[in-house]
Amino acid sequence: MTDHAAGVPGTQTPGLRTLVTDWSTDQEAFKRVHWGKAMMWIFLLSDTFIFSCFLTSYMTVRSSTTMPWPNPSEVFALNIFGHHIPLILIAIMTFILISSSGTMALAVNYGYRRDRRTTALLMFATALFGVTFVSMQAFEWTKLILEGVRPWHNPWGAPQFGSCFFMITGFHGMHVSIGVIYLTTIAIKVLKGDYERKGNYEVVEIAGLYWHFVDLVWVFIFAFFYLW
Amino acid sequence: MEHEGVVEDTGHAVAQPAPAPANLQHGQQHPLGIYFAIWGLLFVLSTFSYLVDYFHFEGFQRWALIVIFMWLKAGLIVAIFMHMRWERLALKYAILIPPLLLGVLVALMSIESNYTFWTRVIFFGLFGTHAH
Repeated sequence: MTDHAAGVPGTQTPGLRTLVTDWSTDQEAFKRVHWGKAMMWIFLLSDTFIFSCFLTSYMTVRSSTTMPWPNPSEVFALNIFGHHIPLILIAIMTFILISSSGTMALAVNYGYRRDRRTTALLMFATALFGVTFVSMQAFEWTKLILEGVRPWHNPWGAPQFGSCFFMITGFHGMHVSIGVIYLTTIAIKVLKGDYERKGNYEVVEIAGLYWHFVDLVWVFIFAFFYLW
Repeated sequence: MEHEGVVEDTGHAVAQPAPAPANLQHGQQHPLGIYFAIWGLLFVLSTFSYLVDYFHFEGFQRWALIVIFMWLKAGLIVAIFMHMRWERLALKYAILIPPLLLGVLVALMSIESNYTFWTRVIFFGLFGTHAH
């Protein structure tokens, strides 16, 4: 059968036909995709739905409240050297997270080159960016809590602001924290040469997928929660 | 069975480092330049979205710009950093199609919130915090 040919490396049917043949061969749908990678993608898909539920409920409460919504541009402004700069903290956090994604992408590349030292170093750098991000988030939370923001109340307007803020950024921050632990673990294993035996560095790419996803979620939080 | 996992599953201790298995040629190897380029682009796009706020764009312009920059950034991250661009169609469709359903949720909830809003306005009055 022609179906079977899709399973043989080297033969590739172009376009939509690959989709149909892959899904109809009754063995594995994701041909030549590491099982760990496929599972990570499916996990990330489920995570997409979780974050989407948060953002959708945020949309719902924000558009149904009759009270004015606090202006994030002002709420997250900082006074730096006497200058009042709107939303600056969040902007810096965004750049830090993007940079961490950059170093992670490089780590994946060096992993496939089997350059263990560089891979581990880049992953540690990524984790360090992650720690910086979470620390800044802790600072942001402390500042807002001291200003009187609670999940049920805040000084500037619609009380739903607090619950959305703590829920969405808290859940994202938790993802970053878990990512830091995850990346550190994998980086140590890379350094020890655990993957050298198998000669397979796809673990690094799989960890990278998780990390890029955390960055991806931030793109949406930044747009919808902080800029809107 | 040409399953990549096989290499990992057996996990036999080999005396010397194994030569790169054949499957590695399918691994995601791309020139470093592309990552730096995307990294730079993401910085530029983030700066643009920050400037939308900084220069106080309002109304349609504001949300159009925010959404455009957001999707460009998201697309670059998924396509290049997460290598989706180079994955097989079966995986692409399995991951990228389901989230489209979220549009239904967003549409339903926006109708619902509109209803809640007007219920509040009619029964509690606009800006009514004291619903006695």
